[in-house]
Amino acid sequence: MTATQEPTARAEIGRDRRRKEDQRLITGRTRWTDNITLPGMLHLAMVRSPFPHARITGIETEAAKQSPNVVAVLTGADLGEAQGACINAWPVVPDQVTPAHVPMPSDRVAFAGETVAVVVARSAAEARDAAELVEVDYEELPAALELKESAEAHANGGALAHPDLGTNVSAVWRFDSAEAGTGGDVEAAIAEARENGIVIEREYRQQRLIPAFMEPRSTVVDPTGEQITVWSATQVPHILRFAMAATTGVPESKIRVIAPDVGGGFGGKLQQTPEEMITFAVARRLGKPVKYTETRSESLLAAHHGRDQWQRLTLAATKDGHVTGLKVDLLADLGAYVAIVGGGVPVLGAFMFNAIYKFPAYQFQTTNVLTNKTWTDAYRGAGRPEATFAIERLMDELAAELGKDPLEVREMNWIKHEEFPFTTVAGLEYDSGNYEAATARAKEMFGYDALRAEQAERRSRGDKVQLGIGVSTFTEMCGLAPSRVLGSLNYGAGGWEHAEVRMLATGKVEVVTGASAHGQGHETAFSQIVADRLGVPFEDIEVLHGDTQISHKGLDTYGSRSLVVGGEALVRAADKVIEKARPIAAHLLEASVDDLEFSAGRFAVKGTDQGMAITEIATAVFAAHNLPDGLEPSIDSEATFDPVNFNYPHGTHLCAVEVDTETGQVRLRSYACCDDIGNVINPLIVAGQVHGGLVQGIAQALWEEAVYDDNGTLVTGSFVDYLLPTAADTISFDLDHTTSPATTNSLGTKGVGEAGTIASTPAVVNAVVDALRPYGVHDVAMPCTPERVWRAINSGGSGGETTEAAAPHFDESEGAAQ
Amino acid sequence: MTRINLTVDGQRVADDVEPRMLLVQYLREKLGKTGTVVGCDTSNCGACTVHLDGRSVKSCNVLAVQADGGEVTTIEGLAGEDGQLHPVQEAFRECHGLQCGYCTPGMIMQTVDLLAENPSPSEEAIRLGLEGNLCRCTGYHNIVRAVQHAAGTTGAAEGASA
Repeated sequence: MTATQEPTARAEIGRDRRRKEDQRLITGRTRWTDNITLPGMLHLAMVRSPFPHARITGIETEAAKQSPNVVAVLTGADLGEAQGACINAWPVVPDQVTPAHVPMPSDRVAFAGETVAVVVARSAAEARDAAELVEVDYEELPAALELKESAEAHANGGALAHPDLGTNVSAVWRFDSAEAGTGGDVEAAIAEARENGIVIEREYRQQRLIPAFMEPRSTVVDPTGEQITVWSATQVPHILRFAMAATTGVPESKIRVIAPDVGGGFGGKLQQTPEEMITFAVARRLGKPVKYTETRSESLLAAHHGRDQWQRLTLAATKDGHVTGLKVDLLADLGAYVAIVGGGVPVLGAFMFNAIYKFPAYQFQTTNVLTNKTWTDAYRGAGRPEATFAIERLMDELAAELGKDPLEVREMNWIKHEEFPFTTVAGLEYDSGNYEAATARAKEMFGYDALRAEQAERRSRGDKVQLGIGVSTFTEMCGLAPSRVLGSLNYGAGGWEHAEVRMLATGKVEVVTGASAHGQGHETAFSQIVADRLGVPFEDIEVLHGDTQISHKGLDTYGSRSLVVGGEALVRAADKVIEKARPIAAHLLEASVDDLEFSAGRFAVKGTDQGMAITEIATAVFAAHNLPDGLEPSIDSEATFDPVNFNYPHGTHLCAVEVDTETGQVRLRSYACCDDIGNVINPLIVAGQVHGGLVQGIAQALWEEAVYDDNGTLVTGSFVDYLLPTAADTISFDLDHTTSPATTNSLGTKGVGEAGTIASTPAVVNAVVDALRPYGVHDVAMPCTPERVWRAINSGGSGGETTEAAAPHFDESEGAAQ
Repeated sequence: MTRINLTVDGQRVADDVEPRMLLVQYLREKLGKTGTVVGCDTSNCGACTVHLDGRSVKSCNVLAVQADGGEVTTIEGLAGEDGQLHPVQEAFRECHGLQCGYCTPGMIMQTVDLLAENPSPSEEAIRLGLEGNLCRCTGYHNIVRAVQHAAGTTGAAEGASA
């Protein structure tokens, strides 16, 4: 028995491996849910309400039922309790007001786009044709649309999103550092600053956004086996299975959920959706496989939206610019229902407004409000982009008030690298970081001083195109999450992750993870981790995920958790494989366990050339002919990891924009960022996550907004009007990293999935405002469209609301699409 | 129903189709060519891009009957018969020009057309040439690198070691 395997030539971790996932994706051999076709499969089309709030007084389905190849037309009353319910997993306060959420209501609709009937036909086209024939009678009700008005409706008789609840306020959640014992009294700090210091008071708008993943949602349900199999374009197969079982009474063990290839999510697919529940109910009722695939307009209309807050902010500082207090008062629009994370999204921001700064006193309050609009939930960053935007805008305002460089004011107030671990005024312990190093590197990459000089020169000669420089020194909490912390916040589930390593007889390795990728590259990055840990070739590892029959246990992918929680579970499972193999290796090598060393995939007997590869042990275990007495013939292992803390990536982002002061046009000039995300598993994948994150955050600053008209109709209901950036709108980015390894997982990694989005929005808006300060502008509301920038320059203020900005698609006189 | 005859990825096919059937529906539903996908319904996203008689088209914006007598190439017909990847496919993998991969078939087909027209495009020409194809994952940075790589005009992926 000698070593037959060369040690792995170089470490896999840190290597720019090309992705395992790509071969099938670049050749079109894909398994999107909508690609799935089963014998006898039927197709669904939804009939959706055009009104934001109305009583359903009648549904006439006869004409639709007579339409060619229609099998059934079903209403909420037909499906009844078999539909189950859409759950809220996070009642943020014990007395949260939570409207019941029936997937297809039979009495009243609460937003425009809610499903009131479903047509089942032999083809998708025939189902859609017949859906046009369903006649629904509505009695319109007053609709709660505007967020601020809706928050006051219980007091002034305004429209209620759900009249029987008596209020639109779902919850008021508050954190106060004096009450929590983590800091001082914010009111005292503000009072002191009013006397002897500086007080910055601002109100910012976090406009409503749409995740707009590229693959429309699709669900196929096959009820013809012993288990009901559900394929869905979801980020959360495990949570979906739990929710389906818990609300329909179908035993969890009778439901198999598969997330096949999933085309992006960004939080938008972490929902348990009405459409999934309706598809499940129809399949069970008819006993036939059924498919529902949404149109893009349905996706924009009914899949959950993100952001949508008003932020009232008060920052107190001394005259020389040291921050002394921060008070945050939010209004958060939940839409028509409290979604699965729902009111928890603003609460995820509660601990982040203080960011990297040493505020002695802090208070946060969010008022979560129900309206008759599409529900909102997690969208890339979920709560943390909103918080980061607010504080990074405020720090620029403080710098402007002081007449100092915005980076200098930040440095005066941030946590110094030697102060880690640092317990913040919000009660979190930041484990590691180095804001000085990341900032120094970002400034160098950006050419900060040269750009400031150019800015001064263009200002002095009155250039019509002004240069603006925007700063964002962000941190965030990710890696959701320590289960005990989630429990203390009243979250309904834990935050652990599960992994399993299976050692196959032929020397191949199967890795099962409870994380559920939809573009992140887990198959590649997780292979690299296991390859290093077990010393087996990268190519010999297969990562399995996204099927509850294969990966029976997991909490899925969101909140930048897959690597920092799921990756650590993987490390622990691999380590258990080694420990289970050790006594078997000793037995086969006729050596003492204490004399064995494991490295590079091989157990070696110290001081000899005797050894055995772990893959050889897997083969020996498969045969099981010669194992130590009493040992089970398996070295397969699993582990479930629950982190002790969140994870705190940070970075310094610098953005330069050119603003045409005659037209209001904003053009990106350059963007440099230095992110500290701890140790990097695959730099290629990390860069991709940062690039994509940046553009989503930049898009909030400049382009995207979900706009409703006064009738509660979403006017940005297609990609004609909801302005996703294109290649022509964006630029190439300059990226680098500093490294402060996380101390709470053994790989020292930090989350990167949301970092770019969280950091970039304030960097861009700060740049736009910076360009315009000589014009007396101190804010431009998002998105900073040319119109709004122009108005801010020419009339002051922040450029106003987006109203009826979208072009009409219908000629009202003809009532038909043009 | 209307009879159509065409060639798809080198295979001659004939079918009776409804006059309203879109080319993308024909490819996916009749031929099982599910490599080509639907992303938007309004011809904004370009995920359904294929080649019709050698030029890129958004197959959600072409009726199947309009392709009658034509030659269609989809993402599934781009690689060689021996499985040899097209240089543009290879470049997207090499430069990490895809994440979820949903826009990728359209992005690759559009890139092939772009490079046929302009074999050495500038970054600006690449960005303008891909304006009709939306990607939500990559921020376009590495897609641009992939096109440059395929064109041989530089283009190393961000994060790759030299």
